This record gives sequence, structure tokens and C-alpha cells, in this order.
Amino acid sequence: MHKQDESTRRQFLGLAGSAAMLGAVPIVTLRPSEATPAMMAAAIRNVVGAAEVRTGKVKLDVPPLVENGNTVPMTVSVSNPMTPDDYVRSIHVFNEKNPQPNIGNFYLGPRAGRAQISTRIRLADSQKIVAIARLSDGSFWSVSVDVVVTLAACTEEVI
Amino acid sequence: MASALINVPAKAKRGEIIEIKTLMSHIMEPGYRRTADGKIVPRDIITSFTCRYNGVEIFRADLFPAIAANPFITFFTVATESGKFDFEWIGDRGFTETASASISVE
Repeated sequence: MHKQDESTRRQFLGLAGSAAMLGAVPIVTLRPSEATPAMMAAAIRNVVGAAEVRTGKVKLDVPPLVENGNTVPMTVSVSNPMTPDDYVRSIHVFNEKNPQPNIGNFYLGPRAGRAQISTRIRLADSQKIVAIARLSDGSFWSVSVDVVVTLAACTEEVI
Repeated sequence: MASALINVPAKAKRGEIIEIKTLMSHIMEPGYRRTADGKIVPRDIITSFTCRYNGVEIFRADLFPAIAANPFITFFTVATESGKFDFEWIGDRGFTETASASISVE
């Protein structure tokens, strides 16, 4: 994949501290359109509405120090039984400083058996990640984790 | 060119909680990057993933540009009966892919 001319590559690395190659097209990251904590708060409001969000129940597993922001393993689990009367309806994950505040919405149900999902995410900067779980009784529970990212997303080709 | 990798146990006991792992090959171009001449690379991501168990939806996800390339998603379900899992990915530019896996429950 790395067919890129060395000097061009160096040039880009020097320029933005970040260069990416995609096939043969050099891509430079620009991050002027960074989300802000206010945007994250707005995105969270979109999901929870006026409901109160309590801290607890939710566990967000993500490495505290991320070397490569392009692919960061993340696991969210909620300590709540999964019975037909009492279950986790959905899990929502947000970030503070990517270009946009949403990461993913995951809809489960009583048939899930265990309220746990994993995926791989992108992080454009060191920031706070928030996971919110919505239970069947309408309550919301959250957890937030601070992550330090040394190489921002979109700066390297992903496998 | 898209291809899916699915990992579902072939056999399970009734009532057992099983883990389902899925991976769809996709670039997940976030739409915020620019080429050397300043043009924005248009967004091209998977926006939705659904899993049905014998026709009933058991898991669904909305994906955003913050999901890494080749979306890898794992989740759990209770093995209730033998049958089929159907997976569907829907994305930008008319992207749709499906895959399925079967399970035998004793």
C-alpha cells in the first residue's frame, strides 16, 4: 500500500505532523471543525431529553493511553440484569473533541442476556469519552473516561 | 468488494448467553479529511448495523464517523432456539451488505 514517494511523505509529516496515505492519494488531516464539550452536551441532551443522568452502573473499558487514535478498542458494559421486566434498552457513546460528538448508539433488548458491547473507535485528540445507558424503566446512567491520545485519528493508514 | 467476518458458536445449550462477533470490511471515510489540494474527501461510512435472530431483531447499532475502519462489533444474546442469524449493514452511497450464520441449540 505504501507506494508513496519518500519526499512527499516526509513533507506531509513535517507539515501537519500528520500525513495519511490512501491508495496513492495523500491526505492531510485538518481539524478546524472540532466538536466542543458543549456540542457533546447537546448531543447527550438529544438522546436523554430532560431526564436526569446518574453516574454509575456503566463501565467503559478503553485504554487510558492510546498510541494510535485510528483504532481504539472500546467495551461498554452495564451491570444490570437482562430480564423481560428490567433490562438495558440502549447504550450511547459520545466524545468531546472529535469532529462530531457521537460515536455510536447500540440498541439491545432483554434477549441480549448480557448488556455488553465492544467495538473499535477513532479518537482525534486526548479527550473525555462518555457512555450512557438507558434502562427499561427510563432511567439513564453514565460514566466518563479520560483518554490520552498520542497519535490522532486519520493520520495513518488503518489495516 | 465488501466482505464480512462473523463469529457465532455453531452449537449452544438452550438459555446460554453467547457472544457474537462481526466485522465488515469498509473504509469508513469520516468526511473530515482533505486531499493535498484542499478538497474534502466525501463521507463514506456504514450508518446502520442490524442483527436478526430467526427474523426478530435482537441488536441494532447506529454508527458514526468515529467508528474505526472495518467496523468490528461484538454483542451478546441468549441462545433460545436453533436457527439463523441475519446481519445487515447499511451505509452511504447505497452500501448494503448482508451475511448470515446458523446455530444449533440443544
